[in-house]
Amino acid sequence: MARVSAKQYPQPPVNADIVASHGLSAEEYQRIVKILGREPNYTELGVFSVMWSEHCSYKSSKIHLKLLPTEGPAVLQGPGENAGIVNIGDGLVAAFKMESHNHPSFIEPYQGAATGVGGILRDIFTMGARPIASLNSLRFGGFDHPRTSYLLGGVVAGIGGYGNCVGVPTVGGELLFDECYNANILVNAFTLGIAEKKHIFKGVAKGVGNPLIYVGAKTGRDGIHGATMASESFSEESEKRRPTVQVGDPFTEKLLLEACLELMKGDCLVGIQDMGAAGLTSSAAEMAARGGTGVELDLSRVPLRERGMTPYEMLLSESQERMLLVAKKGREGEIQRIFEKWDLDAVVVGKVTRDRMFRAFFDGAEVARIPVAALTTEAPLYNRPAERPAGQDELQRLDLEKIEEPKDLGSTLKLLLESPNVACKEWVYRQYDHFVRSNTVVAPGADAAVIRIKGTEKGLALTVDGNGRYCYLDPYVGGILVVAEAARNLACVGARPLGLTDCLNFGSPERADVMWQFSQVIQGMRDGCVALGIPVVSGNVSFYNETDGVPIYPTPTVGMVGLLPKVARHVTPWFKSPGDVVALLGRNREELGGSEYLKVIHRMVKGTPPWIDLKLERAVQQSCLKAIDRGLLRSAHDISEGGLGVALAECCMGGPEKPLGARIELREMMRGDARLFGESQSRIIVSLREKDLNRLREIAAKEGAPLQVLGEVGGSHLAVHPLVRVAVEELKSAWSSGLEKRLK
Amino acid sequence: MRWGVIVFPGSCDEQDVYDCLKRNLGQRPEFLWHKDRLKGKFDCIVLPGGFSYGDYLRCGAMARFSPIMQGVVEFAEKGGLVLGICNGFQILCEAGLLPGALVRNSSLQFVCRQVCLRVEETDSPFTCSGKKGQLLRMPVKHGEGCYYADPAALERLRKNRQILVRYADGKGRSSAAANPNGSLDHIAGICNEARNVFGLMPHPEDAGEKILGSEDGLKIFSSVIAACDKKEKKAWLG
Repeated sequence: MARVSAKQYPQPPVNADIVASHGLSAEEYQRIVKILGREPNYTELGVFSVMWSEHCSYKSSKIHLKLLPTEGPAVLQGPGENAGIVNIGDGLVAAFKMESHNHPSFIEPYQGAATGVGGILRDIFTMGARPIASLNSLRFGGFDHPRTSYLLGGVVAGIGGYGNCVGVPTVGGELLFDECYNANILVNAFTLGIAEKKHIFKGVAKGVGNPLIYVGAKTGRDGIHGATMASESFSEESEKRRPTVQVGDPFTEKLLLEACLELMKGDCLVGIQDMGAAGLTSSAAEMAARGGTGVELDLSRVPLRERGMTPYEMLLSESQERMLLVAKKGREGEIQRIFEKWDLDAVVVGKVTRDRMFRAFFDGAEVARIPVAALTTEAPLYNRPAERPAGQDELQRLDLEKIEEPKDLGSTLKLLLESPNVACKEWVYRQYDHFVRSNTVVAPGADAAVIRIKGTEKGLALTVDGNGRYCYLDPYVGGILVVAEAARNLACVGARPLGLTDCLNFGSPERADVMWQFSQVIQGMRDGCVALGIPVVSGNVSFYNETDGVPIYPTPTVGMVGLLPKVARHVTPWFKSPGDVVALLGRNREELGGSEYLKVIHRMVKGTPPWIDLKLERAVQQSCLKAIDRGLLRSAHDISEGGLGVALAECCMGGPEKPLGARIELREMMRGDARLFGESQSRIIVSLREKDLNRLREIAAKEGAPLQVLGEVGGSHLAVHPLVRVAVEELKSAWSSGLEKRLK
Repeated sequence: MRWGVIVFPGSCDEQDVYDCLKRNLGQRPEFLWHKDRLKGKFDCIVLPGGFSYGDYLRCGAMARFSPIMQGVVEFAEKGGLVLGICNGFQILCEAGLLPGALVRNSSLQFVCRQVCLRVEETDSPFTCSGKKGQLLRMPVKHGEGCYYADPAALERLRKNRQILVRYADGKGRSSAAANPNGSLDHIAGICNEARNVFGLMPHPEDAGEKILGSEDGLKIFSSVIAACDKKEKKAWLG
C-alpha cells in the first residue's frame, strides 16, 4: 500500500478557526501552548482535542463523580480502568461496565448501536474476562415522531447483529419512550464477563523498552473525531456527521476476543487496552499514564485499510475491533503466532519509554510530542456553574383534586398495559440471542436476568434501570430511586447486590440548569448507594444530549449485578398456582406525581416523584431476600411504572407459563387511580403457599417491613375489589400487542 | 464414544455442545480446528452453531471450503454420523451433504425463542431414543432458518421419511404460529437418505438441564449414544 510521507502531506497551519472546529476553547488552546512551550502542530492539536473532549476527559463531571462510593468488600477494581471488577468467590471475578453510544446511534442506528456493543465487549475482555452476558438500556422518542420506528428497528437490529454474531447472550434490558428523546435517543450497552481472579489484566504500560503491539482490525478513516462528536450538542447539521460513525465487524471482534483470551492464558502480556474513543491516541496515553511511563509510536507501522492516511488520521481513527498490547520484550513471536492462528494482524508499533512523553513518529519524523500527564491526569477540570431552574417549583406542583379519576379503571388498566413503556418487549428481545453459552436461567422479561456460573452452584442476577421522568421532576430523589429500584429488582429474584455501573446521560454541561440536575442526581445516587451498601465500580458520562438547545430529561441508568449463592433458589415474577396467597411487602401511598398513569392517561409530566424512605426500602428488600433464601416465595415482582395494577397484571400473564387470574382486595382509603396506578416505592408483590405465610410474617416483622395480604391466585380474571375485574386474556392481548402495533 | 466438535472462526456454540456432552452426558468430546485435516477416529462429528466466517456471504458458504470439511464429507460418505446444528445445518446444506437450503426467516428478523419440536421419525441414529409424536422443547436462535427445497426434493424427503423433526405447538400441532421462521412444511430438521447426516435449526445443547428451562435436547445426543452403543446404526444405515 502506498504510504504518504510527511513531506507529501504538510500539516495545515493551526489558526483560531481550526482550534474552534476542534471543539477547544480559546482558554484551552492557551493552556496547550503553555504546556508545550510552543504552538501545537495540527496533529498535536487533534490529539489534544480528543483527549480533552468531555467524552475522554470527564472534565465537567469528575469533581462530582468523586462523591460516589466506590469501595466495598467485593470490589477488586473500581472506576478508572476499562471495567470494574467484583469478587464472586470460588477464585472467580465478574468484570462489568456500561457505556453510552447515543450520538452515533441517532445518526446511524444500526452501526451506532452495533459498535456500542462492540466497544463494551472489548472493555470486558481486555480485563481478561470472557463476556457471558449483555444488557441494554434504550430510550426513544414518541411514536408520533417520524424517526422513532426507524431508529428503534435499526438499534435493535444493530445490537442483535453484533452481539449474536460474537456469541454473547443479551439477557435483559429496558426500553422506554418519551418525546424528550425525539431527537436524541439513548443507547446504553452493558456487558459482564467472568475471569479467574489470578488472571486479571489491566491497561497499563510498564517496563521501559517493552513493545507496544497493535492487534486486530486494520485502521481506516472511520470514526475520526467520534469522541469530539460525542461531546457536542446536536443540530440540524448532525446528519452530516455520519462519517464520524464507525462501522462494526462482529466477526473480527469474535476472532479478537478468542485470540486475546488465548493470549491471556500465557504470561507474555504486561498490559492491554481497547482502542475505543480516540483510538490509538487514548489507549497509548492512558496506559502510559497508569504505568507512570511514556510511549513512542511509529505510525509508519500501523496496519492500514485505506490509502494515503495521515498521522493525524491514524492517531484519531476510531476504527473498531482493535487493541493495543504491552508485551514482555522478547515474547513478540509468541503473540504473533496466536494472532496468526486467528488470522489477525499483530504488529509492533512502538515501545514503552521512561520520559513520560507521548511521542509519535512518521517516516522517521516526529509528528507529536506531548507530556502524557497533559493528555490524561492533568487535562482541564471544570467546576461548572449549577443553578436550580426557575421553573422547577411549577413543575413539581400537582393538584390531585384537579385530576379527574377515570370511571372505568379496567379500561384504564388496559390502556396502560398497551402503552409502549409498559407493553411487552418481546418484539425487541426475540431479536437477541439470549441462550448462547447455555447459562441463562431467567431470560428477558423478568425483574432481573439470572445466569448461572458454570461449575459452581452460584448465579448472577443482572438488571438495568432508569427513570428520566423522575429525575426531571426531582433529580436528587430520582438519583436515589434509580439505585433503589435496581437493587429491588435484584432482591425480587433473590440476589444481593455486589456493585453497580452507570451511564449518566445529560444535556450540555455548559448550562447551569443541566449541571444542577447532574450534581443533584449524583448526590441522590450516592445517598442511595450508601444506604443500601452498593459500590459504584465503573461507568460513563454522556453530556450534550440535546438538540437545538433542548436537553433530554436527566437520565442516569444503572446496571446492577447481584449474587445468588444457590442459583436453583431463584424466583421469577409470575404467579405459579391457584390457591397461593398474594401479599404485598411495603406500603401503598397516595402518590401520582411523575407516574406513567399521569403521562399516558392525563398527558401530564408533573408533581414530585414518589417518596422514598431508604430504611423502609432496605427492610422490604431484606425481607424478600430472606424469604427467598428460606424457599418461602413462589413469585416476587417489583412495583414500578404503572403501579400495583400493572404489576398485578404482569404477575398474572407476563411469564412464559399459562396465565393465571387473581382475586385481590385493596382496602386503603384513597383514590382508586392512586391505589392502582400510583408508583409508590419500596413495594414487592409476592405469592406463596398459605402454610408459609406465618414464616413470611415473622421475617417481615423482624426486618420492619409492612406486610399485607392482598388476596389469592386463581380464576380467569384479575379482580381487584372494588376497582376492576378484567379477563386475564384481555389484559394479555393488550399488553402483548402494544409495542408491535405501533411499529410502522 | 468419540465426539468431534468442529471450531470454525466465528463458531459460537461449540463450547455449549462440548459442555452439554461432557457435563450432562459424561462424554469426552474433542474440539477440531477448522484449519486442520480430519484425523483420528470419531463416532460423531458435530458442526456447531454460530456465524462461521461472519456469514457475510451466504450462511455456511465459506465454511464448506475449510480444510476440515473435506474430511467431514469423506467421513459422512463412509457412514460416519454427522450432526449440524443451526449454522452447522446451513454448512451441511452448502456442502451438499443435505438437500435444500436455509434462507432468511419469513419475518426478516433474527428470532430467538423456545420452540417445540415434534419427533416425526425414530428410525435414525439421532432420534432413536425418542417416540413418534414426542414433543421436545428447545430454543431456536437464527436469522436464516427457513428451510427451502424444490417440490421434487421435498417429495423425496417425505417419501424417504427424512424429515425427522417439525415445529409444533405445545399440543403437537404444526401451525404458522408455532413455526419460528416460515420453513417449508414446518421442517425443523432433516437427515440425508442414508440417515447418518442430520441437520436441525434448534439448539439441543442449550436444552440440556432443567435449570435452563428444558432437558429435552439431551434426547438428540442420547439417541446418538444409544445408536453407537448398540451398534444399531447399521440397521438404519443399510
